[in-house]
Amino acid sequence: MSNEHNKDNEIKLMKGNEAVAHAAIRCGCDGYFGYPITPQSEIMETLMELEPWKTTGMVVLQAESETASINMVYGAAGCGKKAMTSSSSPGVSLMQEGISYLAGAELPCVIVNVMRGGPGLGTIQPSQADYFQTVKGGGHGDYKMITLAPASVQEMADHTVMAFDLAFKYRTPTMVLADGIIGQMMEKVVLPPYKPRWTEEEIKKNTPWATLGKPADRKPNVINSLRLEAIDMEKLNLTLQARYREIEKNEVLFEEFDCDDAEYIIVAFGVIARICQKVVELGRAEGIKVGLIRPITLFPFPTEKLKKHAERVKGMLSVEMSAGQMVEDVRLAVNGKVPVEFYGRMGGIVPSPDEVLHALKEKLIKA
Amino acid sequence: MNISEIINPANLVYEKPNVMNDTPMHYCPGCSHGVVHKLIGEIIGDMNMQDKTIAIAPVGCAVFAYQYLDIDWQQAAHGRAPALATAVKRLLPDRLVFTYQGDGDLAAIGTAETIHACNRGENIAIIFINNGIYGMTGGQMAPTTLLGMKSSTSPNGREVPTAGHPLNMTNLLAQLKGVCYVTRQAVHTVAAVKKTKKAIQKAFENSMQNKGTSIVEVVSTCSSGWKMTPADSNDWMVENMFPEFPMGDLKNE
Ligand SMILES: Cc1ncc(C[n+]2csc(CCOP(=O)(O)OP(=O)(O)O)c2C)c(N)n1
Ligand code: SF4
Repeated sequence: MSNEHNKDNEIKLMKGNEAVAHAAIRCGCDGYFGYPITPQSEIMETLMELEPWKTTGMVVLQAESETASINMVYGAAGCGKKAMTSSSSPGVSLMQEGISYLAGAELPCVIVNVMRGGPGLGTIQPSQADYFQTVKGGGHGDYKMITLAPASVQEMADHTVMAFDLAFKYRTPTMVLADGIIGQMMEKVVLPPYKPRWTEEEIKKNTPWATLGKPADRKPNVINSLRLEAIDMEKLNLTLQARYREIEKNEVLFEEFDCDDAEYIIVAFGVIARICQKVVELGRAEGIKVGLIRPITLFPFPTEKLKKHAERVKGMLSVEMSAGQMVEDVRLAVNGKVPVEFYGRMGGIVPSPDEVLHALKEKLIKA
Repeated sequence: MNISEIINPANLVYEKPNVMNDTPMHYCPGCSHGVVHKLIGEIIGDMNMQDKTIAIAPVGCAVFAYQYLDIDWQQAAHGRAPALATAVKRLLPDRLVFTYQGDGDLAAIGTAETIHACNRGENIAIIFINNGIYGMTGGQMAPTTLLGMKSSTSPNGREVPTAGHPLNMTNLLAQLKGVCYVTRQAVHTVAAVKKTKKAIQKAFENSMQNKGTSIVEVVSTCSSGWKMTPADSNDWMVENMFPEFPMGDLKNE
């Protein structure tokens, strides 16, 4: 996570969505393309208000749909530009074809999903039910997206910056997977320092594949995911898979609370992890040795860490604002060593610490 | 004449534009795509714009356009070329940016992207190959398929009650204030080819002068989809397509 913030370390109070907009401008983003949807519209609204095209030269464009925005991101990314979009669940569903194309064309970009409850038009209340869509590949074909799960307004800013770095390091679309609470809540934040946008010379150096116009001394650059021959298509897939293995090796991030002596471990991401920190406190006050693991990257998932803990603990509880999605990855990591239970609420309901503690006792300790 | 005499510059009446590659084209004999590609290659060469051009290829028979023209390309998802072009031109305003799209790509699945890019007046050129059919997927009905025209999804001919009327996208786009130049051309005769070349050149110049969106519709043949010989296709196009899609400028500002 980027720790070098403002020199003056000025603390600001703002919404998670606003922090994303500020961070994007500050980290040298070239273009934002989006379509309004609650609970994330403040991202584009903030950008329009800040008018970065007058300062850094960043382009901000309200597109006609999420289909258009993700394809604008593709066009910009194909030119080696730092491009991003943001939306909430129904809009991100509409982007899935584009995300698959971005992955297939090996293009870096940042997508922010401030999740709301579904299926369908659902609710504007917060949710984590797009976990599967995000980490299992919501679009067609074998691809993965690096997925960061912020749990605070500070992380909304930090992860936006980090997402660009990872996207360009691995030439892959990267998702910041937040939810309606983090998008809407106001907290203290120290914004990242300003980085200038890449010059055209820097783009040529950093992304030699970018389409900037073909000079006489190189072959044409073609941004493309089409491979008509099966053997060529398999080759592209093997390249992508090798890259995903690298990402799994290098980029796993998580946070642990009170896990050293824990007999039970709660696994939770995003804002629910903060609620579960309270659960750990309450549980420990009652003498229950409970700890918490918060995956910060959902792909790559902290599989190895969970596997290690499974050798000592008595059980794990995955707590999510969904019908139980991440729990499948926890079970895969634990591989039957200890019981893995699930507790969650849906439709925009946020579980309280008390009900999670109760679930822990009912599902793991009593059983 | 032996070969060395034929290739003697004094005897050359025709040559391949420098901007074209030596790759054999996959297009069917008589297909308009190949002719339009060559014109684009010539114009980019004439304008000396090879290092300043970013082209957006569609999904359709022209999906492989990047194999034939020696310029930077982005291959778009079906119908989304104008969205890509929007971002490319906004971020690289001094470049020549154009899309190359079929009627299924531009007038069916990509209708929204087309209309909105034009309505915003993006400084791009759109080359629109209207052959009244889905060539690539094997001759299905397109939005521009003529009434009574047979296709694999309208085997008895297109009928209004089930499929509606042919969609005249170019007329529609000419209404939009962001659009500066709209013309409808063809490439079935030498004279027509010359006019189409002028039209595309103008569209490219408009993109460079940031005048707004330019659309060059090329009413085209698809002998495979139409199941006719190339010569018959040309005649059929003049007789049947031109009345529905008349030649000439619709807007020139
Ligand atoms: C999302 C999506 N839907 C459908 C297709 C299949 N498809 C490929 S090309 C095409 C139609 C192309 O027709 P047109 O744009 O008229 O171009 P032509 O081949 O005639 O030049 C279709 C439907 C696709 N590739 N992607
Ligand atoms: S199918 Fe039609 S459009 Fe496609 S290459 Fe053949 S003639 Fe041209």
